[in-house]
Amino acid sequence: MIHYNKFTLDNGLRVVVHEDHTTPMAVVNVLYDVGARDEDPERTGFAHLFEHLMFGGSINIPDYDEPLQMAGGENNAFTTNDLTNYYIQLPAENIETAFWLESDRMLSLAFGEKSLDVQRKVVCEEFKEHYINKPYGDVWHKMRELAYSTHPYRWMTIGKELSHIETASLQDVQAFFFKYYRPVNAILVVGGNVTTAQVKVLAEKWFGDIPSGEKYVRRLPLEPAQTAPHKLEVKANVPLDALYKCYHIYPRLDKRYYAADLISDILGGGSSSRLHQTLVKEKKLFSNIECYHFGSIDAGLLTIEGKLVKGVKMKDAEKAVQEELNKLQQTVIPERELQKVKNRVESMLAFEDMSLLNRANNLAFYELLGDASLMNTEFDNYEAVTTANIHEEAGIIFNENNSNTIYYYADNHL
Amino acid sequence: MNRKIAPAIKDAVEFDIKLKPYEKFTLDNGIPVYVIKNDEQDTLQLELVFPAGSWYEQENMVAAATNFLMKNGSSQHSALEINESIEYYGAYLNRNSYHENATYTLHCLTRHAENLLPLLQEVIQDPAFSAEELAIYQQNMKQRLAVNLQKCDFVANRYIDRYLFGEFHPYGRVSSMEAYDALQPESLRAFYYKHYTYSNCKIFVAGHLPENMPDLLNRCFGSTRWNDGGHLLRPELPIQTADERKYRIFNDENGVQGAVRVARHFPNRYHPDFPKMMVLNTILGGYFGSRLMSNIREEKGYTYGIHSQLYNFRQVSALNIHTEAGRDVCEATIEEIYKELLRLQNEPVPAEELSLVRNYMIGSILGDLDGAFHVIQRWKSLILNDLDENYFHNNINVIKTITAEELQHLAKQYLSPAEFYELVVI
Repeated sequence: MIHYNKFTLDNGLRVVVHEDHTTPMAVVNVLYDVGARDEDPERTGFAHLFEHLMFGGSINIPDYDEPLQMAGGENNAFTTNDLTNYYIQLPAENIETAFWLESDRMLSLAFGEKSLDVQRKVVCEEFKEHYINKPYGDVWHKMRELAYSTHPYRWMTIGKELSHIETASLQDVQAFFFKYYRPVNAILVVGGNVTTAQVKVLAEKWFGDIPSGEKYVRRLPLEPAQTAPHKLEVKANVPLDALYKCYHIYPRLDKRYYAADLISDILGGGSSSRLHQTLVKEKKLFSNIECYHFGSIDAGLLTIEGKLVKGVKMKDAEKAVQEELNKLQQTVIPERELQKVKNRVESMLAFEDMSLLNRANNLAFYELLGDASLMNTEFDNYEAVTTANIHEEAGIIFNENNSNTIYYYADNHL
Repeated sequence: MNRKIAPAIKDAVEFDIKLKPYEKFTLDNGIPVYVIKNDEQDTLQLELVFPAGSWYEQENMVAAATNFLMKNGSSQHSALEINESIEYYGAYLNRNSYHENATYTLHCLTRHAENLLPLLQEVIQDPAFSAEELAIYQQNMKQRLAVNLQKCDFVANRYIDRYLFGEFHPYGRVSSMEAYDALQPESLRAFYYKHYTYSNCKIFVAGHLPENMPDLLNRCFGSTRWNDGGHLLRPELPIQTADERKYRIFNDENGVQGAVRVARHFPNRYHPDFPKMMVLNTILGGYFGSRLMSNIREEKGYTYGIHSQLYNFRQVSALNIHTEAGRDVCEATIEEIYKELLRLQNEPVPAEELSLVRNYMIGSILGDLDGAFHVIQRWKSLILNDLDENYFHNNINVIKTITAEELQHLAKQYLSPAEFYELVVI
């Protein structure tokens, strides 16, 4: 049970306070309700580039990092397809420094040309480091385009191509900021060795006078149900053939999401999971195989990804994966196996909650989903899943017409 | 309210950092158990540590393979049966093999500990090392290595350690297809019996312990002299450094980035310069506001990130500056690295920057000591290196009191560009 208090400032900024007096630290987490899904298809990667610019100085504070480090603090941020999240961890005595810094960059950035120039380059190097200069690094770029025809999950947070980042202008940056980075689109979570009364005073003082902004109403194109299998063959300079299969699952707030999540654990969670046991250990067709999804807010993809043992034919490997999926469709799983994956989730949640930073991140995320209290009922949603639910959802999810497959072949003659 | 003025802060030197003391008890057979309790949580971490790292192996990769395969089947149960039993309780059993030590770490909900410890006992005391499990391991590790060898950063890490320590020394020796092929169940078994013994074992526990924890541990690990092997001698292994200092390697003709490494030896943690160098290293490349980051990422945009690190190896340490930079700017990056080294030699660190770094480091340590799992990590590192809390407090004191003059002196002694190895792998 995570305790918290919640209030909203007049300008619409939602504030969640999580008191924990066992730690000398405090965390300040600011979540903005904007991610790569909100981007213009011709200017992708912008939400993430923007995250970098948030460290380039704000209207009254030329350098964001220096004063924070002086206060003994550390910070970072991440951008996903759904949201952008910034966080600070520092000794609780110095918490006002975090309020000062976060409120000033919510008030307004400095919008310097130099910062944009440099961060364009930095993000291009990030793009190269993670997605170009790594074997199989381009696979998610291709898979998203294969699996989504319409919804903006069609592109990765880093962006579709380097040119979108290279051509971002200062005007784009300003427009983006004043559209999305407003109090009314943000959630502030303060956790650690603080009191709610103290946070109320500080929040009013530093965030209270920031103009509310206009509530961003998201109207994203819906992904139509897939009606035929999608397949793509890729040849690249990689050492091993790899197989990727993705199936559309459910939005984060759909009850069926939990059955889909447990299915990913049944197939790929741990060394006793079905895919690892059958395909790596018994049949020796794959050197590793995983099953996962990203927990995205709109309907995401259940992914199976594996590297083939040298000499194994792609069609034999795929057939063996298919057999495992068929088993889930044909036979109801044993109660003990369902209990195993539920136990796994229970302990994963317990370990996640140990870190103050995780608790603050999660409170912000659940508040974005609708209510921070969802965090405390999350495990009940898993507990409610039955073996019959798993059977039913496996039948729906692993329908061939819902599948997206990439055959990633090693071509060493390139 | 003037937003241009920073709120008042409490300075780092005023924070009184205390390392929470551990409790200790001894099992009937003499195994020491170090404990940091926190009954407010529902979770438990239990780690068994053995001097079974690569330092002690006679054949390459035997230590890592032994550590990995202990979990994959006992004389009583298959790998699947063991994994299924552990995972049924939602527990995680991780194993790791390092240069000096090898570990098994259990994370679980406290209420499942009673069911899990006998499984852990079986893994630690009765592994089978079947030929089939070894064959799967060899094949899969070779495939993983083939993928990693295409990554410039992976390849660069291998080369730079080889230049610093020599290809035959455990710090410089690297995995290879041949080494994987040469592994035999017999050599794993021999290594296991010699190193994973009750007399070599140390146990570190943190979190919420079940009430009968001492009994439980005694029953599983303390009642017999398992794998009785006598005292283990730590062999002396001299490092062999490369003569040539500058290297350029093409791993992928079409690579769009190069992995840059600039590194030199440094005395180990027992040397009085070590804690001082931790401060100088932070200034140079140990945090986001460091000289290297400010110049090479935030000023020039050559890279997504650049860092310098001080190795925590026992025999000898090294200072290693590492980054992946755009292919066309690798040489310019190296030039800037040297400029930053020279600047630390030629100019004292300004008072404001030194004060910032002190505060950053103290704040960071304060954050790192948050929670029982973190505190036991600190203690483990001290105990395994035959150190105590005085070492920890001395390091804090160095951070709080080191002067700009001392740092400049240290830079003059250790940051001369000519003494560094440099490497670019594209």
